[in-house]
Amino acid sequence: MSEDSIISLQNVNKWFGEFHVLKDVDLEVKKKERIVVCGPSGSGKSTMIRCINRLEEHQEGTIIVDGIELTGNLKNIDSVRKEVGMVFQQFNLFPHLSVKENITLAPIWVKKMPKAEAEELAMQQLEIVKIPEQADKYPGQLSGGQQQRVAIARSLAMKPNIMLFDEPTSALDPEMIKEVLDVMIDLAEGGMTMIVVTHEMGFAKTVADRMVFMDEGRIVEEAVPDKFFNNPESDRTKLFLSQILNH
Amino acid sequence: MNDITETRKPPVATTGILGWLRMNLFSNWVNSLISIFVLYILFQFVPWILNWTIFAADFKYNFNGEEIINREMCSRVLDPENGGACWAIIYVRFYQFMYGFYPREEVWRVNLSYIMLAVAVVPLLFDNFPFRKHFLKFTYVFPVIAFFLLNGGLGLESVSTNKWGGLLVTLVLGCTGIALAFPLGIILALGRRSNLPVISMMCTLFIEFIRGVPLITLLFFGMVMLPLFLPEGIDMDGLARVLVAVTLFQSAYMAEVIRGGLQAIPQGQYEAARSIGLSYWQMNLKVVLPQAIRISIPSIVNTSIGLFKDTTLVIIVGLLDLLGIGRGALADTTWLGLAYEVYFFVSLVFFIFTFAMSRYSLYLEKKLKTGINMGAD
Repeated sequence: MSEDSIISLQNVNKWFGEFHVLKDVDLEVKKKERIVVCGPSGSGKSTMIRCINRLEEHQEGTIIVDGIELTGNLKNIDSVRKEVGMVFQQFNLFPHLSVKENITLAPIWVKKMPKAEAEELAMQQLEIVKIPEQADKYPGQLSGGQQQRVAIARSLAMKPNIMLFDEPTSALDPEMIKEVLDVMIDLAEGGMTMIVVTHEMGFAKTVADRMVFMDEGRIVEEAVPDKFFNNPESDRTKLFLSQILNH
Repeated sequence: MNDITETRKPPVATTGILGWLRMNLFSNWVNSLISIFVLYILFQFVPWILNWTIFAADFKYNFNGEEIINREMCSRVLDPENGGACWAIIYVRFYQFMYGFYPREEVWRVNLSYIMLAVAVVPLLFDNFPFRKHFLKFTYVFPVIAFFLLNGGLGLESVSTNKWGGLLVTLVLGCTGIALAFPLGIILALGRRSNLPVISMMCTLFIEFIRGVPLITLLFFGMVMLPLFLPEGIDMDGLARVLVAVTLFQSAYMAEVIRGGLQAIPQGQYEAARSIGLSYWQMNLKVVLPQAIRISIPSIVNTSIGLFKDTTLVIIVGLLDLLGIGRGALADTTWLGLAYEVYFFVSLVFFIFTFAMSRYSLYLEKKLKTGINMGAD
């Protein structure tokens, strides 16, 4: 593990029952680095980033996040989850809580922040994702793009050092994708360490420091975007890129 | 705006009373035939029932204007052709139906508890109740106050539970059973879904055992076997023993109802709660349970109605609930043979409570459906 890496996966293996989802995955992510992970469905991309905040358990290998090794130790898991924010494909907002309550929930209960302070924090986060006027609505009243931005604000309210994005725009209508990507670009420019699983190659070209291509549970190729898109090494990558770029 | 997009009134025959009749009762000939048949039945029976229960009935005096003190004085005994119900039996024994054998000079305590019960429960049921937060504080302490009020202690004269009866016992059993079973049911439901095999197995065993046994068996168990498990010298009150049995029974059903609600919560909710750092209990209390309970409210009310009616089974172990008092009244030789009146009255009281519960559940369902809170998600 190199000195300045904030996330380190070494030789990670994982099975779902008999099915081998992650095969000897090695990945080092430096502070403030933006990684975009792509690959065909079922290639283990989501599983890999879900292992980073222990939504999935890996069975072999080591995962170290911000100096904390992920083991069965529940305390470690809690502290890692405070460091790592996650945004899901299906937003997963809490439908019984207002937008503001969605965001203040964790600061109030996990960080024991006073309510007034948490609400102020929530409004700041909503400014960042550009929907402060929706604070008192319920998730069901918002469009998909707005919901996803609230979800980003909810994660940011815990002041994470790392943000994981699991196909954040895949469930959105085309005209809403941009508003979410814009927020993510702002976040990247602000220096957030990010791992993004996405098929938005335009976004990848703009923000990624490094591209990671996965297939059948393995990392097949890692390269800077320029090399990845123009001169990929593996045939599998070439095939994948030709399929998603030329349709 | 041109003429084409202007709104027009619907055709006359589809609105108003006539339109409604045509749409709902006489839309085709089968429908019309059924409607006529049902109307005929209603026409035959409704006047008869109204006449028997109200117009031809005796309340306190019979048709000769004498105050009724035994069955022979009832109009329907004197004149079987024209006499209606003889409600005098209810009138004379009303005190027993409401309070059992609770001492008359202490009965204000029961009445006060009834009033406080309403003050404690109504704000709990309606979340737009004014000053609800303050009322809910009272709801939490109400059980303690009610216990001392009804049972005695703290300067009040003690009234042994074997003097309690009638509606009092029915309400104590129903309310306590439902109120205690709710939190117990939540814990059992969470336990059954726990990842820890020992906890999940224990909860499953408990739920399946209780659900696999008739309530009567549990009542006997409470009466006969519970004292065996208690340390020597501690004598548990009969009503308390029955309450334990009723609560255990109800909590197992409640657990399954709430588990159904829990199963409807998408995995993503758990993951999102976990990813922002909530602990297991925070996740359940703040994210999962509020949604799961909302979904299960109709079933929760349904099992609660079931329990409320099942409390009549305590008659088997010698407690005199509303039905028990009714049967006692029938056994009284002065009033022999007035079974219709007694059972009608007991049914009516039960119906008032259960109908209120069922209406409340409908109100909640409607509110949740149209409510913004659950939105489109």
